[in-house]
Parts: sequence; C-alpha cells; structure tokens
Amino acid sequence: MRYADEFREGVIAQGLARAIAAEASSERRYRFMEFCGGHTHVISRHGLEDMLPTTVRMIHGPGCPVCVLPTSRIDMAISLVDRPDVILCVYGDLMRAPGSQGRSLSRAKAMGADIRMVYSTLDAIQIAERAPDREVVFFAIGFETTTPPTAVMIRHAEKKQLRNFSVFCNHVLTPSAMQSILGSPDVDNVGSVEIDGLVGPGHVSIIIGTKAYEFVDGFGKPVVITGFEPLDMMQAILMLVRQVNEGRSEVENQYSRAVTREGNLRAQQEISDMFEVRDLFEWRGLGFIPHSGLKLKQGYAQFDAEMRFALHEQRVAHNPACECGAILRGVKRPADCKLFGCVCTPETPIGSCMVSSEGACSAHWSYGRFRDHSRRQAP
Amino acid sequence: MRAKSYQSKLDVRNGFVELRHGSGGRAMSQLVYSLFHEAFGNDWLARGNDQSAFGVQTGRMVMTTDSYVVSPRFFPGGNIGFLAVNGTINDVVAMAGARPLYLSASFIIEEGYRLSDLKTIAGSMGEAARTAGVNIITGDTKVVERGKADGLFISTTGIGVLPDGLDLSVDNARIGDRVLVSGSLGDDGITIMSKRQNLPFQSGLVSDTAPLHDLVAVMVTAGGSGIRVMRDPTRGGLAATLNEIANQSGLGFRLREEIIPVKPTVAAACELLGLDPLHVANEGKLVAIVAPETADAVLAAMKAHALGCDAADIGCAVEDDHQFVQMLTRFGGERIVEWLSGDQLPRIC
Repeated sequence: MRYADEFREGVIAQGLARAIAAEASSERRYRFMEFCGGHTHVISRHGLEDMLPTTVRMIHGPGCPVCVLPTSRIDMAISLVDRPDVILCVYGDLMRAPGSQGRSLSRAKAMGADIRMVYSTLDAIQIAERAPDREVVFFAIGFETTTPPTAVMIRHAEKKQLRNFSVFCNHVLTPSAMQSILGSPDVDNVGSVEIDGLVGPGHVSIIIGTKAYEFVDGFGKPVVITGFEPLDMMQAILMLVRQVNEGRSEVENQYSRAVTREGNLRAQQEISDMFEVRDLFEWRGLGFIPHSGLKLKQGYAQFDAEMRFALHEQRVAHNPACECGAILRGVKRPADCKLFGCVCTPETPIGSCMVSSEGACSAHWSYGRFRDHSRRQAP
Repeated sequence: MRAKSYQSKLDVRNGFVELRHGSGGRAMSQLVYSLFHEAFGNDWLARGNDQSAFGVQTGRMVMTTDSYVVSPRFFPGGNIGFLAVNGTINDVVAMAGARPLYLSASFIIEEGYRLSDLKTIAGSMGEAARTAGVNIITGDTKVVERGKADGLFISTTGIGVLPDGLDLSVDNARIGDRVLVSGSLGDDGITIMSKRQNLPFQSGLVSDTAPLHDLVAVMVTAGGSGIRVMRDPTRGGLAATLNEIANQSGLGFRLREEIIPVKPTVAAACELLGLDPLHVANEGKLVAIVAPETADAVLAAMKAHALGCDAADIGCAVEDDHQFVQMLTRFGGERIVEWLSGDQLPRIC
C-alpha cells in the first residue's frame, strides 16, 4: 500500500527506537500526552509502547470526539429520535456511546428509532432530499477536522433549499482543551498529572495550522504536531525528548508533509462564517471548558437542530465507578478502573473511553491489555 | 420429472414473487417446480416429496446449518446463491474434514422480489452444488409481506461423511501447533462493502466464494491426523476464528503480521474505512491448526492447489492462561488481535 507502508517500515522504526533510548536520560521521566485519539490508536495498534524505554511514558489524551462527548448530549440525541418524524444521521462510532440509564442510539435503533449510519456528510443531504416529509438531523461531532465538512453540508442544504434538514452541532475546539489540560486544573477531584510535552494533533492542524498552538509557550511545554503513521509517532517522540533535554518548549512540526503554520485558510473562513464559539461546553473528564465548543450562528438558525426542536441539555451524573474522567486526563490508566474488562468492555461500554476504537480504554483492551498481565508476572 | 399442467407459464422475465407463491396452492407448486427443481435438477426432488430419503453410510456423519442474508445479493464474483451453497459446504468440510453429500435449502422471500433474480440465484445454487458434487434434496419456500424481510433470505443445511481417523474440532489445538491460512484475507468482506450503496469506492476485487472440499481433501492426504482444527474464517474474520480456537483449546496464539497475506487493495480499503483486515469476513478461505511436524507438508500441499496458492504459515499456538491471540506487528511491537466488537463501524476521523 503506497504512501502508508513507507511510514511503517520496521527497520527505520528500530533505528528511531535506538535513538530515543540513547537520548532519553535514565535520570528523569518523560511523560508525553498524545492529545489525539488517532495517535492513541496508532500507538496501540502497532505496539509502539514495546519500543520505548521505560523512562518514556505515553499518556492518552482526550482527543477522541466520542469519548469527550458528555452523557447529556447523547441524551439530547436520543430524545430527538423519540420523535417519529426524525431521521438521525450519525457516524458509526456514536451508535454505542452511552447515554444515561443504560441508553444508547444503538438501543434506540433496535427499539424502532430511524437512525442511519453515514460515511460522509453528503449522505445525510441525500437522505433529506429523498425524504422530504421527514425531519433529517445530522449528529455533527468532532474537532476542527470534521467541522469544515459540516459547513460544506450546510452550504449544500442552503443551496438546495432543503427545509427538512438540520444539524445537531457538537463540534469542539482543540486549543481550548489543550489549554485546559496544560493548566492542569483538578476537575471533579480526580487529580492532575504532570505532562512534559504534547504530541499535537495532525489532521486538526491541517485545518488550524501550527500557529494555533503558539499559546503553549506560556506553559513551558514542548508540542510536536505529528502525523498518523507509526514512524511519524516515533520521530515525534524523539523530537519531544530532544526538546525536553535541551530545555526548549517550542511548537515543532513533524507532519510537515501536510501541516503548515497558517493551516487551511479557506476551511478556517468557512468555520468562522458559519459557527460561533459557545460560552461554555461540557467535556467528559475535563468538565465545562469556556470557549471550547461551536454552535451555528443566528443566520443559520434554521439548520440548528437545538433551536428547531427546542432541545435542552440536562446535566446527568456519570457512573461514579467509571474512571473515564481520570483516564482522559492521564491521572489513571485504563487497568486502574474497577469496571475495566469486567462490566465495561467494547461490547458493553459503560464509559465513553471504551466506545470508540480511539478511546484509551478501548485501545488498551483491544490491543494492549496483555501488558497488564506481563507486568504482574514480572518480579 | 413429470409434466405439470399450469394455466400459464411462470413469467420469470417480468414477474415478481407474490404472496400466493408461498401459500401452498398452485402458484407455489409452479414456482417450486419451474424455478427451483429446474435449477437444482436431481432424482430426489423429481419424486416430489416434502422430504427425501437417502442411504446412511457407516462411520461418522456431520451436519451443519447456516443462514444467508447478505446485502447486496449480487456482487462481483458471486451472489447469495453461491454463498448459500459454498458456505454450508465449507462448514461441513472445513470444520470437520468431511465429504459433503446432501443439502437442504429454505427460502424466505419478500413479496415483490423479482422472479428473474430468484431464477439467477437458484441457478447459481444449482451450479455451485453440481461443482461440489452435492445434491440439494429438499427445501422450503415461504413468502412474507413486503417490508417483513429484506428481499431474500436463504437457509441451507448440509450433511457429509467423515473419513476414518479424522477428528477435527475447535478444542483440539495443542501448544506448538502451527497456524496456516489458505490465502489472502478480507477479500469477500471488502468486495461486499464496496458494493454497498453508501460506500462510494470501487475496489476491483471479486468475492473469493468457493467450495473448499477439494483443498481440504488434499490437505488431509498430506497431513492426516496432524491436522487438528480447520475453520473457515467468515464473519468476524481471522481474529474471531483464532480467538474461538484459543478459548476452546485453552491456549494462546502468537502471529507475525508481516506474513499474514492481505491484498494491497484490501489493506487500503480497510485503512480508508478504519477497519482491521483481520476482522473482515472471508469466503472460500480456511484456517488450519496443524501439528508442527506435518505443517510443512500440509502447507506445500495447500500451495500446490489453486485455492491455496497464497497459503502461509502465520504463527503458532503457545501456552497462555489468558488465551490471548497476540501478534508481532510489522512495525516491531506487540499487540492483541481481539475479537471484533459490535458491528464493523468505520471510525470518525
């Protein structure tokens, strides 16, 4: 597979692993958070942890859109599909995301709700065109990567004068969340963990550019914007080790084949034309973060499902035994949670980190849990 | 076959299945005789009974049953009819090493289904059965109201006879056994997915549906009782098959990713959709757990056969209380090969 195999070459990986081992000091610890769920997935799927020295620890961050979506937003979507006239279009991962009281969209579908899994935003437009007597709602979710496609979709709906189409907007902003983590506030008493550097998002940065992270200067932590192939990740870790060793805290761009300092200006324009920043948005595990979510501007209110169906967010308590919050903040590891692998598995997720394959718990369960046992067996 | 007198010929070209075709009356009789009997043509069906009698051989017999609900029903390299026959034959032979003898076929048809499509599918079933030297000797037809089924569902049951001395079972694997696969993984699943209406990509792949009894016979000749387990890794892919064997046999597996055959097209499609090729369904492929001393001979026999030319020895059974299927990645790290969880849902980003 061209343009992928080149970035998965084991021999080059071994070379990078040797360089990391040689340059990482045995006198100190390197705690790097990969913000993005895509990176968590890459680390787990290719077994990267086995190739790092024990002094380098990867902390899985909150950058999985399904994982950080609070229960209340899932509940709002479920209340939407209770209406018989609504067709809800979702990306597949969302189907199993847990709402309150054991509910999920998957269960709602089994009980007769009309929920369609789509692969692209344009599928939702097609569904709306074919069902003019139904209300078609797109469950928009994701960071800056998936926001421009939502904007394009709304443009299409506008052009086609679709009167039966709207968007349930849950788009969130990466820099705000990153700032919240670097500020290390102790949310819900789960504690906080010291982070020595960040593996910055790749796809998000294609849109917003490396410039968007320059605020981290103030936190004195290095950031390396990184691609999604395993060799990208190994190189990024080496770059972070070097920055830490040299006492630098810069925004570096490992993913230079795709990311520029300015980003995709047209996509940025489209986002700012159509969306505005919410005062407050709830993130699972991070709590309410100011200026971290997007909603449609007043001029696009007809496409805003929250306005159209008068949806209201009701705060619900998460399962108190679920450690997703602490795991998303890197304070705990998946295996530290009492529910992990017992009642909470990818088949029956209790916490959102177990839902998407990019979630820390799901990735650990599916790819890495053998290490828990080898650790225990070790003298 | 005795001549049947019907008021008018079944209009296969333009007609549709209607509720009357399943109601037990003349219309159903006409459908069964002029479509299914015609396609399956054999002496058992020709006698017109609701069951068929056949001689029982000495020794051990095997029986399996499977339902086919694939959507779309027509895809590059085959259709639901080929699957319904080959899939059940493969369950009989691949799981047990048996020689398949007879099949039954049961149809649940949604009112309004095209007779021409039904005829094509029945024809494919007849063709697949003849290729495998198996007869479809009994069946059933039900027609349900529109909306109560999705076009056409087929259930088939197969009966076969076991050669002496062969005892293939999913709990038979032993530590040290080798894991052999007969060819590239994921072809069928990706072919079907690429034809789904809402996936706008073209793969150029064709389904690998094929009866495996001949390949199995060659393997049994080469490996005899050294072959411990055989499975066809259909839904859930190689991952499900090996996890099931690990659980049933009480051991683990260690695989090497770089040796597992996956076509570049399949790898690329999986990459695009966020799927793991080891979770993708296969047809016409098998996994064999073979004693280490006979593994080379069995592998050579597989490679010499048209359906096994890409066969590979991808790993071995190891002692593991946790029964993990573990894999050394191409990249150089370790990971678990976990069961597929839920449905195959593409990732968001």
